[in-house]
Amino acid sequence: MIQFSNINKQFDQFKVLNNIELQFEEGNIIALIGPNACGKTTLIKTLLGMVIPDSGEIFYQGKSIKNDWNYRNYIGYMPQIGKYPENMTVGQVIGMIEDLRNVAHKDLDRELYESYKLKDILYKRMGALSGGTRQKVSAYLAFLFHPQVLVLDEPTAGLDPLSALILREKIIKEKQKGKIILITSHILSELDDIVNQIVYMEEGKIIFNKPLAQVKADTGKEKLTEAIAAIMNVDKRG
Amino acid sequence: MKKVVKYVAFDILRNKIVIAYMLFLFVFSMGLFLMEEVPEKSLMSLLTLNLILVPLISVMFSTIYIYNSSEFIELLAAQPIRRKSLWLSFFIGLASALAIAFFIGCGIPILLFSANSVGITMIITGLLLSVIFVSVSMFSSVYIKDKTKGIGVALLIWLYFSLLFDGVVLFVLFQLLEYPLEKLIIGLSILNPIDLVRIISLLKMDVSALMGATSAVFKQSFAGNIGSIISFVVLLLWMVLPLYFSVRKFDKKDL
Repeated sequence: MIQFSNINKQFDQFKVLNNIELQFEEGNIIALIGPNACGKTTLIKTLLGMVIPDSGEIFYQGKSIKNDWNYRNYIGYMPQIGKYPENMTVGQVIGMIEDLRNVAHKDLDRELYESYKLKDILYKRMGALSGGTRQKVSAYLAFLFHPQVLVLDEPTAGLDPLSALILREKIIKEKQKGKIILITSHILSELDDIVNQIVYMEEGKIIFNKPLAQVKADTGKEKLTEAIAAIMNVDKRG
Repeated sequence: MKKVVKYVAFDILRNKIVIAYMLFLFVFSMGLFLMEEVPEKSLMSLLTLNLILVPLISVMFSTIYIYNSSEFIELLAAQPIRRKSLWLSFFIGLASALAIAFFIGCGIPILLFSANSVGITMIITGLLLSVIFVSVSMFSSVYIKDKTKGIGVALLIWLYFSLLFDGVVLFVLFQLLEYPLEKLIIGLSILNPIDLVRIISLLKMDVSALMGATSAVFKQSFAGNIGSIISFVVLLLWMVLPLYFSVRKFDKKDL
């Protein structure tokens, strides 16, 4: 269980996170949705300990993550734009992360390694990779250690349809193992039918946090993208 | 933490600048010793070079390296690694790479040609200077987010310590020539590690007469055992304090 309690964060004069109260339970795929610059990425960065909130606390399994780092063993993170040392090869980056995590080789989840054919690019420099290929490496690293929590920031943004489909299948599989999967996105179409909880953010505030079925019922739309568009439109007029 | 140090050190070694720096120092110091009959004279020239080059390379290389590693740092920060260990690993990696480069490039020629107390002092102070300026650069680059600005500030730091500071001291000295200022000057030299190293080395070489009117006071305050202990403690503080504050800042920094 992940719990955000009263999180506030300000960059200069700009309030990026405003009194965030959230709770995520195991076995759910949560979609974190909102317009650009609404604080989605900052919110997940606070969960990863990369951004330190001005006030409030985050709890993982009931324990505060403040000044703790062991909890990161249980989180797999796929960043929006994978940043890697440019002159390391793909193989070196993967080897380094495996080494740092200290997990036995047989306990690794190497499914995406096969399906993304990472073997063919093992000796390429990170700097020479295209955006989509980087995303594949990020996805592989996120799932590699069987983490209990998966944080996927715009996972399908740079991927081609086939690779996005592979990722989708993988996410469904992991959900069945009872994991918490947090996905942020502004285009959800590929992931429409696999999420079951929607958190909608705007200007650093949580507007609502509801099960998917209820969002659909409230807006009277069948498709998630349409439902979200309807909500955003209402917001603009209101 | 050991593993992170390993990867940082590996990454620095692949960066050929440190190797080039080491080779340059080696060729230059060997050249000085081979061309000059009296090793003391070569040591003097070497000291002049070291006081300019070692801080410059240390501060600039570390600053640029840290900014260029922002992706590396971000990647590692998302892993289960303590923030403090991450930052200290970068310090250890940089400091040891530059210290080793100095030792091989400059230390070995000194040991070959002039392995006396003067030479040893020069090696130790050179190593300290390398580490001090890594520490100073970590302090400035953790506070400044923008890369261009950060590199500019690093250059200014070097300029300040190797040129401007002396200018200010001289200015004060000439303005207040009638007053007994020796104590003040000693106090001021503590504020600049390069000056401190220069004084320690010159006193060891026993050429303090070159330093003019206040040399007698310097000799009294610095040459004795207590004096050298104090100056080394001050140099250690120059190493530890910027690092300490940079670790504190990095622990709370948003990446």
